[in-house]
Amino acid sequence: MRRARTWLPGLLLVSPSIILIGVFVYGMIGWNFQLALSDKHKPIQDGAFVGLANFIDLWSEPRWTNAVGNAIVFTVVFVGGALVLGWLLGLLLDKGIKGEAALRTIYLAPMAVSFIATGLVWRWLMNPAPAERATGLNALFANLGLDSLVNDWWTSPDFGMAAMGLPAIWQLSGYIMALFLAGFRGVPEDLREAARVDGCSEWQVYWKVVIPQLRPVLLSAVIILGHMSLKVFDLIIAVAGKQIITDVPAIFMFDMVFEVRDPAKGATIASYMLLAVAAVVIPYLIWTIRKERSEGR
Amino acid sequence: MRARWKVAGAAALTGVLAATGCGGGGGDGGGNTQVEVFSWWTGGGEEAGLNALIEKFQEDNPDIEFVNAAVAGGSGTNAQAVLEGRLQSQDPPDSFQGHAGAELQDYIEAGYLQPLDDFYDEHGLREAYPEQLIDQISYDGSIYSVPVNVHRSNVLWYNPSVLDEAGVDGAPETLDEFIDDLRTIEEETDVIPLAVGAQWTVDHLLESVLLGELGVEAYNALWEPGADWSTPEVQTALERFDEILQYSQEESASEDWQEASKRVVDGEAAFNIMGDWAAGYFVNDLGMTEGEDFAWAPSPGTDGAYMWLSDSFTLPEGAPNQEAALTWLELVSSQEGQDIFNPLKGSIPARTDGDPARYADSQYLTEAMEQWKSDELAGSFWHGVTVNNRWKSDIDTALGLYLQDGDLDTLQGALDSAAQA
Repeated sequence: MRRARTWLPGLLLVSPSIILIGVFVYGMIGWNFQLALSDKHKPIQDGAFVGLANFIDLWSEPRWTNAVGNAIVFTVVFVGGALVLGWLLGLLLDKGIKGEAALRTIYLAPMAVSFIATGLVWRWLMNPAPAERATGLNALFANLGLDSLVNDWWTSPDFGMAAMGLPAIWQLSGYIMALFLAGFRGVPEDLREAARVDGCSEWQVYWKVVIPQLRPVLLSAVIILGHMSLKVFDLIIAVAGKQIITDVPAIFMFDMVFEVRDPAKGATIASYMLLAVAAVVIPYLIWTIRKERSEGR
Repeated sequence: MRARWKVAGAAALTGVLAATGCGGGGGDGGGNTQVEVFSWWTGGGEEAGLNALIEKFQEDNPDIEFVNAAVAGGSGTNAQAVLEGRLQSQDPPDSFQGHAGAELQDYIEAGYLQPLDDFYDEHGLREAYPEQLIDQISYDGSIYSVPVNVHRSNVLWYNPSVLDEAGVDGAPETLDEFIDDLRTIEEETDVIPLAVGAQWTVDHLLESVLLGELGVEAYNALWEPGADWSTPEVQTALERFDEILQYSQEESASEDWQEASKRVVDGEAAFNIMGDWAAGYFVNDLGMTEGEDFAWAPSPGTDGAYMWLSDSFTLPEGAPNQEAALTWLELVSSQEGQDIFNPLKGSIPARTDGDPARYADSQYLTEAMEQWKSDELAGSFWHGVTVNNRWKSDIDTALGLYLQDGDLDTLQGALDSAAQA
């Protein structure tokens, strides 16, 4: 009885959210997988169990492989770009640039903008019109006499998705900068001092002392960017609308669910997206839990 | 187990809808004191037309409260997603707007719609609408919707002064002439020969080229399930289509139809093939003058063929206020109702007995009303007349992939397998 008194109030306190999350997150995930394993290709069908058939069939569709390819290109450019730029900005601020507070705010500001708004602005900036009708960046290049830089932006079949990563980099690199800056600041000054006393150059201090300590920051940054990138939807819609040139799995899924009304196929795509995100997030969770255990927390 | 999940889902959805203010209507059980009408007409002439209809409805039926459940955005995409949720959770509006024809097929198969055959007989609608229209919107011998207007999809818009400048004499009548004209304009002037917009406007162009090359009968035959798309005739049509597309602007993918059509009246492009809502846009939104700033013709090769699409209203299964819903359908199917709505929306009545005087302000609409009575009818695939959503999406995907890689054979193969699916 006395024991119950210690754990019961706590449990009562968290149980509503456990139940809600259980039903509306994990229950729905289960429901989604069940749909993905059925042949419910029209809302009225009951849907019999067909195993992994939907998961296999999807790969024979050109639209799916195209969308996956686009998502991969987008992810590589976006995650890589935001990391490098964010890291660089963080490094510069850490070196004690004047007006740090103002710069920090300026770089962080894009975070406050929604992807839709970012997309609308970049839709204009990355207008693919040739020099004589150019607007946005193409007009800038043309006016500066840099005609060779005028390009098709996101409408190019080869580099289109890479261009689509630019607005995303613009939006998120400030946030990554803040993460890295916190990481840099988290490295005790004593450590750097000790390294300097041992005869390290300033470059070596960074490379050998500070950067190894940033691994957790880097990992969180990759997780945050990675999962955003794998489920990107609103940015693409705002820049390009629904077109095959910039098709990604989330848009394919939306089409299947709301326009074609094919619950099983929509659920299959959703499952792949969840698995892709899980492939990024789960190792991270395991790693944190292990680390916390080993640190005796 | 499954049933329980459905109930849970329905309850959740209803909650969400009630919270966002899209619920309404269902609560008071069949009193017929109100009618909830669902549409995506929330702006411009569409909204004006709908409001005029509502006003008329309230005037005639002061006892019935009209609930306008219009959902804005995405040219209907948002509304369709909301509607799907309501239909699945058995909370249908009393009547909803949809494109007439095969686009409603999914709803019919799902058992969401009631057949309106008796309603048609009772109000003599089989005589009021063109016979071919009745044929093309029937599904398994029954009719499930009441068309309120008609738009034309196969219209070639052009800028007369640009054509003059290039020495092109009037609108081209065949696809061959069209391609010649496009070439002349490219050689003689700096303007874009043919303005197109985002992917869907290319779908729109494709249907006009198919109709122009194949003719009404062969075009309509393409939309029978299992139709053969691997024929040399289709191949020729696609080759023409490919050639025509070469004369469009590079940045087309970044423009919607308004931007593309606007290029014509602005003198930046010579031609644009778009539905006749462009006329309303030119005149009402851009303040242009018919015949001076822009002119029109049936798209090349389609003279005498009216590629139509239509907005229509339905009677859902389980509509809470069925009597009131039928009263609404009676209004939208009547000559008076259609003549109230269409001049404002910039479309023509689907009935053939509309009063021309009400459309006299618009030279375009006046002509269109005449042609609607006499032309052969072909259904627009992109606007949901001839194909269901899956087929339409398959074509759109095939076309999008073609726009990327330019491979005509793959396009034709994909179109053929879309028809077999």
